[in-house]
Amino acid sequence: MNLKAVGIVYRKEFTEWVRDRRTLISTVLVPLFLFPVIMLGFTALAVELVGKAKQEIPKIMVLGGEDSPDVLASLRKLDNFQIVPYDQNYREQISDKQIRAAVQIPAGFQSALQNGSTKTVEIYYYEGELKSSFGADRIEKFLKDYREQVVKDRLAAKNVPASVLTPFEIKQENVAPPEKVSGSSVGGFIGYLVVLLCMTGAMYPAIDLTAGEKERGTMETILSSPISRMDLVLGKFFLVLNASLATAALSVLSMGISFSALRRFNSSASSGRGEAAALLLHLGLKTVISIFVMALPLAVFFSAVLMTIALFAKSYKEAQSYLTPMTFLVIIPAIASMLPGVELTPKLAFVPILSTSLVCKEIMSGTYHWNSMAIIFGSTCVYAGVALFLAFKTFQRESVLFRS
Amino acid sequence: MIEARSLSKRFHDKKRGAIRAVENVSFRCAPGQIYGLLGANGAGKTTTLRILATILEPSDGTALVCGHDVVEEPEKVRGKVGFLSTATALYPRLTAQEMVEYFGRLNGLDEPTLKKRVDDIFERLDMNEFRERRCDKLSTGMKQKTSIARTLVHDPPVMIFDEPTLGLDIMTARTITTFIRKCRNNGKTVIFSTHIMSEVEKLCDTIGIIHDGKLLAEGTLGQLRERHGEQDLEEIFVKVVNALQSKAEA
Repeated sequence: MNLKAVGIVYRKEFTEWVRDRRTLISTVLVPLFLFPVIMLGFTALAVELVGKAKQEIPKIMVLGGEDSPDVLASLRKLDNFQIVPYDQNYREQISDKQIRAAVQIPAGFQSALQNGSTKTVEIYYYEGELKSSFGADRIEKFLKDYREQVVKDRLAAKNVPASVLTPFEIKQENVAPPEKVSGSSVGGFIGYLVVLLCMTGAMYPAIDLTAGEKERGTMETILSSPISRMDLVLGKFFLVLNASLATAALSVLSMGISFSALRRFNSSASSGRGEAAALLLHLGLKTVISIFVMALPLAVFFSAVLMTIALFAKSYKEAQSYLTPMTFLVIIPAIASMLPGVELTPKLAFVPILSTSLVCKEIMSGTYHWNSMAIIFGSTCVYAGVALFLAFKTFQRESVLFRS
Repeated sequence: MIEARSLSKRFHDKKRGAIRAVENVSFRCAPGQIYGLLGANGAGKTTTLRILATILEPSDGTALVCGHDVVEEPEKVRGKVGFLSTATALYPRLTAQEMVEYFGRLNGLDEPTLKKRVDDIFERLDMNEFRERRCDKLSTGMKQKTSIARTLVHDPPVMIFDEPTLGLDIMTARTITTFIRKCRNNGKTVIFSTHIMSEVEKLCDTIGIIHDGKLLAEGTLGQLRERHGEQDLEEIFVKVVNALQSKAEA
């Protein structure tokens, strides 16, 4: 191996890479701007929409209740409902979003309350429709308050204190540090993202440097130079690896910034300012280096595999059709790592892609299982080595290089 | 000096089975001479030249280029060869200068030598006007000049041209043929393939007629005329090829 020659090839490939508009989009623009836009933009939009839905005074229809004037009077007193006149087509009106919900006061409701028997009040609403749910929730809250008041009145009538209903209180308290909490909640997604972007970042340059070179007719040009095939493959490989890692790094960076901005946004909206920097704190140097080290052999693996497969194609388009199914092969184990209950086990540590995704999730929540990390790093290195060897061998095959 | 010794190349095709692209081809080409491989499409010219440029490996036989064996020392051979064909394109996102410099560096030139060599070639080929222009923005003529500069940057003693004028307009093709002639005058060993008879007549010191992977006839233009009793090279070519086909049918 001639390192100088490898460097010459790498430098030239790098020059061409940065001049390619597709590279700029897939490696820099998408990871840097897409995630913040999606995350912050969608969150802000969701907050805005939910806020508006909550502010709306829902139109509610009351069915029955003619013999229960007290409950009707209490309902009418509230200013967060707009009670509309009865119409027998109330079901259609709810479905058509003309009214948000309807409440059915059963016959004899008031007298049942007085003699202690139980009746059922039904609420009709449109499941999955946000404004209808809010309307139904308001009716339910009113009815619960009303029920509680009835109970209190009954207890008072019998000289029993209201505290008899709550002999003790229950309180849940989180004891995990805030960074672990945030790591557990978003760590799976970070792992998924790192794995996926290591691959997508490598995909375009892998195609461009192999099938793209064949299509443009420069493969024969470079093969006529005195550089050895091994040095040529290595120079190309390092560029693909570089693209893969750059995409993943920029994405994680932009995700980190987006999450912390989101947290600040949320905490300033509520009270918990102390947790604001939790994610930012946990994307500290140790986390970043650990994720980078664990992702490195996977990026090598992806780069070599993608180059090998793309080399079989005669054109950019053909290579894309070969590599698109690869995306699914990568997404499935990466998504599996996000499923609740899927934890890193010694057996899973040998499963490529899934293991790296899982270990990133662990690292994000501040857990470092050094033995598992060593197994994952070692096994992925072996897979990466095999893939790189295959890439070298494929570059030696005339039937592949000059496929017509 | 090029010396091909019983070169053979077999390919395997899924539909057609084993294909003998080149069969037992031997010839010599000395410095200061142009050897022309004349043949129809699919005759085995490109495969032969690719073997000499070590882009392909022979199935049998070997060749010596400047004393280096194409099988044993392919990288050394490539360092002595400038290879130009219509299939050797340029990198679209590099400038003409970057393209030539890249190949100079791959050929092991140090930076001061490279700069001197590049300046000299760009001056000689009148390329200074577009040296900073990207290759995808060059005209066909400019691209050909850049390709020539790329093959010359390491000053190779052997030049291999595979149908270098294929698909080019008259003026660009003329640039190439003038360049080939200059290479010979500068003492380089030149081998080139073509199916254009007039090019062979104008340029070649020795002509090899290749058909169906076999070298059927070889000699100077005068020797071929005398041997086959024809003045026109096209007639000679047809006669040689027909003789092979009649032999095969018999």
